[in-house]
Amino acid sequence: MPSNPGSNPGSNSGSIRLQVTRYRPESDSEPRFQEYDVPLRKEWTVLDGLNHVKNEVDTTLSFRWSCRMGICGSCGMNVNGDPKLTCAAFLDDYAPGPIRVEPLANFPVVRDLVVDINDFMEKLPRVKPWIIRDDDALLDGDGEIDGEYLQTPEELDAYKQFSMCINCMLCYAACPVYGLDPEFMGPAAIALAERYDLDSRDHGARERLDVLIEHEGVWGCTFVGECTRVCPNHVDPAGAIQRYKVKAAKENVMAFLLPRGAR
Amino acid sequence: MSTPRATEVRVYNRPMSTWWWTRRRTYFVFVMRELSSIFVAWFVGFLLAFVYSVGRSEAAYQDFLDWAATPWVVVINVIAAAFLALHVVTWFSLTPQAMDVRIGGQKAPAAAIIASQYVGLAVVSAFVLWLVTR
Repeated sequence: MPSNPGSNPGSNSGSIRLQVTRYRPESDSEPRFQEYDVPLRKEWTVLDGLNHVKNEVDTTLSFRWSCRMGICGSCGMNVNGDPKLTCAAFLDDYAPGPIRVEPLANFPVVRDLVVDINDFMEKLPRVKPWIIRDDDALLDGDGEIDGEYLQTPEELDAYKQFSMCINCMLCYAACPVYGLDPEFMGPAAIALAERYDLDSRDHGARERLDVLIEHEGVWGCTFVGECTRVCPNHVDPAGAIQRYKVKAAKENVMAFLLPRGAR
Repeated sequence: MSTPRATEVRVYNRPMSTWWWTRRRTYFVFVMRELSSIFVAWFVGFLLAFVYSVGRSEAAYQDFLDWAATPWVVVINVIAAAFLALHVVTWFSLTPQAMDVRIGGQKAPAAAIIASQYVGLAVVSAFVLWLVTR
């Protein structure tokens, strides 16, 4: 069909309906849905649709976003029930609609599409996602870091996949274990622990294992695998957790078999 | 030291339905995979009872066969066999995620890990078949 003369280049005719969760804590006892019709443009994402609503239709709608290019991890929401980065979910893929846009599952709702992420922010530092050293080989006489730890491409390759996490928390929204037991450390935190454990420059595996070997650590995971499926950066948190279980199990066997000094 | 809160936020906690596992195909397959463990346990018990009766006497063996041929045991075994197949297929396909197999510094392809498990299963099955029919 020839394109409609006079329309913007790249635009489609018509519109698509968004069913958006609204929750205003000062007046609502529970969330409800509100419907908005937004232009259905080929290059528009769900986030573009929400921004259209915010700018042109209803300025009271609240949602988080920043980079709109899959880097910042702020705009995660449940789109038709699937945890998605809304900046990477194209309206066209959901045509003819309607598209149901809800706040990320498994997190408390603060307002409209904004969720309370404090739980994740408190869990993250507990797995010590930074490089831990036994020695201070790079410290000069004044206690300043001088130089760099070298790494081969193979050593980089060992952890690179797990370093791609952008903390978007889609994996937490996809995880029924986290939904049922909020004490569970969760996919992203454990994948990040694995990222530093596998880093050849790091010596902190022992310290992290102490946190993750607890029931709320890796053993809480039942390998549903949905975290890996929803991850926008192919981090494979489910794989990281299973590998951690293997490590933890080995640790237990070693502790049982070997005399104290030999571990 | 107490941390002052700027505003008191009244958040809404969304309850999780008891039927969450029916809402998504992957969740459903996961729950069926977990459930399959019960049938694995059943088959282990069945096999042990079978071996035990063989060891006791020919009459005990015949009694076991008669019991195993009763309709409800046959029905359970057909269902259990289906779940066992699900158990094998799902766990085999998950193995590459849990095992970081490296050959010559290179990550082994997932298909190779899965295929090697089926080869292993075939070898063990062939050995058992040879053992009981020779």
